[in-house]
Amino acid sequence: MTLPLHLTVNGQSVAEHVEPRTSLADFLRDRLRLTGTHLGCEMGVCGACLVLLDGKPVHGCLVLAVQAAGSEVQTIEGLAESGALADLQRAFHERNALQCGYCTPGMLITAHSLLETTPAPDRGEIRTALSGNFCRCTGYESIVDAIAVTIERRAEGAGA
Amino acid sequence: MKPPPFDYQLADSVSQALDLYARSEGDALWLAGGHSIVPSLALRLQAPSLLIDISRLPELMGITLTEEGLRIGALATHAQILSDPLVRTHAPLLSEAAAHVAHPAIRNRATFGGNLVLADPASEFPAVVRCLDAVFDIVGPEGARQVGVEDFFLDLFTTALEPGEILRSVLIPPAPASLRCGFDELARRHGDFAMVGAAVWLVVAEGVTTEARICFHSVGPTPMRATLVEEALRGRPLAADEINAAQAVLGNDLDPADDVTLPGATRLHLARVLLGRILHRLAGQTAMETAA
Repeated sequence: MTLPLHLTVNGQSVAEHVEPRTSLADFLRDRLRLTGTHLGCEMGVCGACLVLLDGKPVHGCLVLAVQAAGSEVQTIEGLAESGALADLQRAFHERNALQCGYCTPGMLITAHSLLETTPAPDRGEIRTALSGNFCRCTGYESIVDAIAVTIERRAEGAGA
Repeated sequence: MKPPPFDYQLADSVSQALDLYARSEGDALWLAGGHSIVPSLALRLQAPSLLIDISRLPELMGITLTEEGLRIGALATHAQILSDPLVRTHAPLLSEAAAHVAHPAIRNRATFGGNLVLADPASEFPAVVRCLDAVFDIVGPEGARQVGVEDFFLDLFTTALEPGEILRSVLIPPAPASLRCGFDELARRHGDFAMVGAAVWLVVAEGVTTEARICFHSVGPTPMRATLVEEALRGRPLAADEINAAQAVLGNDLDPADDVTLPGATRLHLARVLLGRILHRLAGQTAMETAA
């Protein structure tokens, strides 16, 4: 059984047929070749598969593609190409906030969403926001640093 | 892992959803937020022929204040419970607990109703709604019925909801005047399943506890009421000696089993510590303003 599926991905209208059991993450990766959405645990624990569904971060592995019908999906590719993450990406690079990079797309989606919804989160709030994203390389400290420095820079930029 | 194949139908009314279930001959599951079902399918713990998507049913949506109390649609997400101003005013225990439920991205999608019908004994909301004396509004092939929370949570992952029935909404009765309530839990890391958690609901008039409801999670097969502790508090001042006495009788209410993560005795000790912390906090607090 396949079902028609219409949705918007990174601003582009998409019409496909999918099996109901296909997760949104598998659909994005296998059908649309948007492989920046990573799959780690496939059970909603690791946070590598986060995408924005109608503007909010969700686990691509826990949403069936058919349930995203009519929705607006933004993946790490769409956010990166728009330039919305450029300063976060630069800070992650500068602070060595990634080693293998597997968790990075999910980390960036969480960080982006945090900065959109919370004006000036402190380190505690950054840690709480990241609590659903696993990183097995960095020990998190450098990721928190990168996000904190981006907040400072955005505040300076806004004040200038 | 990937789920086995299944069919999928998006229901656009409750009656259509019930019809689809009837035609499935019991081989269907409801799908809403999917945050319990989808992993269980991926782990191949369940293999239904059909998922009936009830996530877009208007009858299951919305948070409204009625004369009977606060009505919370089963499709409310954890994020809505956390941020909704009506919940914050009329059921602050729920907003307080929501901050402990999973992680931000999960809260954006997982539903309040889904969490309650799963009845995970480690989960926060079942304990809180038991403390709040909630009423479950259930619809099924025979029509609608209301089930009080004391008859809802039956056992580990088992509720009064029959196969083919849908939880439509949950009613939280109005908060009395002079209510003091608090929720807290002990977890290894924030957002992890708690080692123990507790919801405390007290009516304190002129320093004396007149009514008490205390419910723990992660210490037994269902959310566990501590009725002997409640009795020890009722009719007495909310002060240090009475709190010590209440902590002392908790061992008669709870008997957590040993498991792979913690010995039962440790869990009971933690429950006692948590109870003391919340009661001391409430003793130092003036009554919340109710919206009467």
